[in-house]
Amino acid sequence: MQARWGTHGDHSIVALTASTHQDLFRITVEAFNISETYRTPVILLLDEVIGHMREKLILPEPGEIPLVERLWTSVKEGTNYHPYLPREDGRLPMSDFGGVHRYNVTGLMHDMWGFPSDNPEIAYGLMRHLIDKIEDRVQEMTYIKEFYLDDAETVLISYGSAARSALHLVENRRARGEKLGLLELQTLWPFPAHAVRDRCERAQFVVVVEMNMGQIMQEVNKALDAKDKVFLANRIDGAFISPSDIRNILRLVQGKGV
Amino acid sequence: MPVSVKDYLRERFMPHIWCPGCGHGIIMNNLIRAIISLGIRKNDIVMVTGIGCSSRISGYMDFHTLHTIHGRALAFATGVKLSRPELTIIAPMGDGDALAIGGNHFIHAARRNIDITAIVMNNRIYGMTGGQFSPLSGYGTIATTAPYGNIYEAFDIVELAKGAGASFVARTTTYHVTSMQEILEKAMRHKGFSVVEILTQCPTYFGRKNRMGDAVDMLNYFKEKTTPIGSGKKEKDPSLIERGIFVQEERTEYCAEYDKIVGKARGR
Repeated sequence: MQARWGTHGDHSIVALTASTHQDLFRITVEAFNISETYRTPVILLLDEVIGHMREKLILPEPGEIPLVERLWTSVKEGTNYHPYLPREDGRLPMSDFGGVHRYNVTGLMHDMWGFPSDNPEIAYGLMRHLIDKIEDRVQEMTYIKEFYLDDAETVLISYGSAARSALHLVENRRARGEKLGLLELQTLWPFPAHAVRDRCERAQFVVVVEMNMGQIMQEVNKALDAKDKVFLANRIDGAFISPSDIRNILRLVQGKGV
Repeated sequence: MPVSVKDYLRERFMPHIWCPGCGHGIIMNNLIRAIISLGIRKNDIVMVTGIGCSSRISGYMDFHTLHTIHGRALAFATGVKLSRPELTIIAPMGDGDALAIGGNHFIHAARRNIDITAIVMNNRIYGMTGGQFSPLSGYGTIATTAPYGNIYEAFDIVELAKGAGASFVARTTTYHVTSMQEILEKAMRHKGFSVVEILTQCPTYFGRKNRMGDAVDMLNYFKEKTTPIGSGKKEKDPSLIERGIFVQEERTEYCAEYDKIVGKARGR
């Protein structure tokens, strides 16, 4: 939530996470790719467990993961270059400091030359650009991992280190023939509501596993609009959520008692 | 063709936001003159500023300009300099911007000795937001947030910059325009972190709150209350503020060191 709403003013932001170091490597490259494509900050929202643990990582060969090249302006010296003239694809071709185009970069509301402006029309145009370049491309920026979702009657939704406990539980239960699945979110913002809707449509129960009071559960609720089937499995005492913690919640949800 | 100060301004973005009598325009004028005198190309200059009245200077000047967030001019400037070490980086800041919000960036940029010219436009107050005291206001001064007198002592920018490791440290005022230009030239030519403190007048807030008269009275105050380094006047009146170049030393510059490390890592 802090990643999404941590500043004053309105804007869209991209926040990605992962639950293993191998995934983290990949998602970090994607973070740079999104950032380079749309000139937006991308926040790698990682948790303490992922940060402190050590595990095996196989480095891909150079070129194995596609890299996005920054878009440069083709405007020649002496011709008017508008660094902030919005384009339909949401991308703004850049010109380097030290290059032939001198312009202003500011954090204030600005016009297409980058000069501060308090004209409401210009401010509105800029806001629409900052929001639309992200919100219009939610699908493109959605990174998820799916485990046993095809026939899942109970879907766990999790992200970050908590997803490891969730996966452990899901695999144990599958071995016993229970129809449990996991949707692991790697994109947290913009929230992949379409993916959540699609994967949870047929589920009887949806349990969001996270280490807080239900920040992503609120988004899941908004996406599904079916509050009676969404539940929270969480811990807020600083201890890591274990598969047995999730199992206990599942028993409650499924009406099997404590 | 003779070069004019106007050639370095973005006139279409005028009028500027500075109040009548403000000293910031004097600094802008001198900065341009210093740049003309050094013959640096406009395309080779990046001006990085933070937030505040002083920070608006970047928008008015025809260089590559970067108007960033409060106190972070030096953080952004460090990034620009590291990526393009061949460019001349100038970071004009206000006193609150540089030393309250950006205090940590200031001392660490000085410690690194990165080749940036940091100009502290010291008017001893937060002007844009309505006259709150800054770390440079000083004990006993009056501000919107100190109506009964400020109980904080002020930083001494020169001593702070020296202590933090800046390799060029100078102080001047908006009254002493000729020496200001000379100092700015030397600061920009210096290879390393250069700090130039320029005492400048804010007649709207600091001057009015502290009954210092109008802009001309405040300029005269700088004339009377400052003295060149090591002058006899200082011995008679220790309250006088010294101006001139306090430190000018050749020391290892950060980008050069960084480049060496890159070379070492690549085994060249």
